Amino acid sequence: MQRILVGIKRVVDFNVRIRVKPDGSGVITDGVKMSVNPFDEIALEEALRIKERGAAEEVIVATVGPPDCQQQLRTALAMGADRALHVQADGVIEPLVVARALLKLIEREQPFLVILGKQAIDDDNGQTGQVLAALWNRPQATYASKLELTGGTARVTREVDAGLETLEVDLPAVITADLRLNEPRYVKLPDIMKAKKKPLETFTLAALGIEQRQQLKLVSFQPPPQRQKGVRVKDAAELIDALKKKGLL
Amino acid sequence: MTAKILIVAEHDGKKLNQSTARCVSCARSLAGAEIVIAVCAADAAGVAAQAAQLAGLARVLTVENSANAHALAAVLAPQVAALAAPFTLVLGPSTTFGKDLMARVAGLLDAPQVSDIMAIESPTRFRRPIYAGNAILTVESSAAGKVVGTVRTASFEPAPGGGAAPIEKVALDVPLPAHTRFVSVSAAKSDRPDLQTAARVISGGRALGSADAFKILYSLADKLGAAVGASRAAVDAGYAPNEMQVGQTGKIIAPELYVAIGISGAIQHLTGIKDARTIVAINKDSEAPIFEVADIGLVGDLFQIIPAIERLIG
Repeated sequence: MQRILVGIKRVVDFNVRIRVKPDGSGVITDGVKMSVNPFDEIALEEALRIKERGAAEEVIVATVGPPDCQQQLRTALAMGADRALHVQADGVIEPLVVARALLKLIEREQPFLVILGKQAIDDDNGQTGQVLAALWNRPQATYASKLELTGGTARVTREVDAGLETLEVDLPAVITADLRLNEPRYVKLPDIMKAKKKPLETFTLAALGIEQRQQLKLVSFQPPPQRQKGVRVKDAAELIDALKKKGLL
Repeated sequence: MTAKILIVAEHDGKKLNQSTARCVSCARSLAGAEIVIAVCAADAAGVAAQAAQLAGLARVLTVENSANAHALAAVLAPQVAALAAPFTLVLGPSTTFGKDLMARVAGLLDAPQVSDIMAIESPTRFRRPIYAGNAILTVESSAAGKVVGTVRTASFEPAPGGGAAPIEKVALDVPLPAHTRFVSVSAAKSDRPDLQTAARVISGGRALGSADAFKILYSLADKLGAAVGASRAAVDAGYAPNEMQVGQTGKIIAPELYVAIGISGAIQHLTGIKDARTIVAINKDSEAPIFEVADIGLVGDLFQIIPAIERLIG
């Protein structure tokens, strides 16, 4: 069966104003809205569109994390994924551990394409796709803004600093989604009901034979330095004067 | 413990990208570190000569291979991983080149990666922004292992020149994959300064209203010798190409002067400009969040203000 595996992550919703805990042990997540990482939604949307045009038969979503992550897996099922895989893990889960877990799922499911978001908006690491591609010894095409499949290859347009780069990669491959790859669909209420009946399998890291190593200790969290309050000017002439005073013109 | 740091050079085959000099500054913040730059290229001589001039290097390594003509992460990563053996810290810039490559290197080395390093406090302790810069995280690696990192270039000035590091050719015997092929790169040709290194940047947002209207920024930028940037909203709307996007998922920049025009100032945008020396905001909404970070704010209609500025600076 022609399968696509999509990795998703549960993150603090992008609209939430992030605050660091007073004791510096983390950021406040209690009672805060949680969502599917926006880049992972784009990854899933792309997989669904590939399936809808007949180039894949099944879309599987997977996540690694605590039990609460199943809410986001259900959201992904409501968007249209066929089934979900949940690798349970608590605490700090580093990209190497996530990539190892995904690799185990890849060995099991044999997808021809793996799509992830290019980064999670919580830790902003931006590593998992590349680490997975390295461990799997397969191609990677990160920051994708266009994806075309032809036979055994994918042609991927990437958003790079210089502009747009196009790569051709043999399949299977790992693609990471950038913002402009697509616009994810909204979930409709009947789909949320249907999603409750879709299959969701759970695993433990141990059952997959993976050790939950933590190689980077999180020492402390601090709020960012604040910029000093500036001045208001009333027109272009005052603006020019202010810039001249600062030696900027 | 003396840190031994390998920096992977970013270049286009001819010119060393300034991001590499910023990585050198990051490495030099560790006193006594031994710093080595690796240039992987089809023909490395020119780029290596530029790298060797950066101050504070022990040496420059060159790896020449026709497969390195384009910077493909899948091809470069096994070479960098092979070079990394004697080093404790392997750095690349946090540009699309470095972000794409270094995490693959980390995967091959089975090493942790610290992304977007904004400060090195010790050979094992690093600071980095998370949540779009809304929190700063200090991480500590175990002293025994190797660490891979990407350097947040806006946090470091380019290292000065004046060096004369020896250049050594390295022959690597590692199999390189053929499963990833470069097809093309399209970049708008521009005579304006490069967005990532420009001292002055003029940026436009959704309020410009159209790709045509966005052009008034180019004329102002040319008068000021500035680069042009854009908010995500402006890029999504098609007013400006993707390489102009500034912010969490675009470019992180640190110009002397940043002028945000018609940009409301979403957190994701602000994280890309918070290291700018002076931020000017021009917006008709006096409540726009951009004014919270602006050093100089001007409330008004940008379509009247920009021509007025242009007239005043002649």
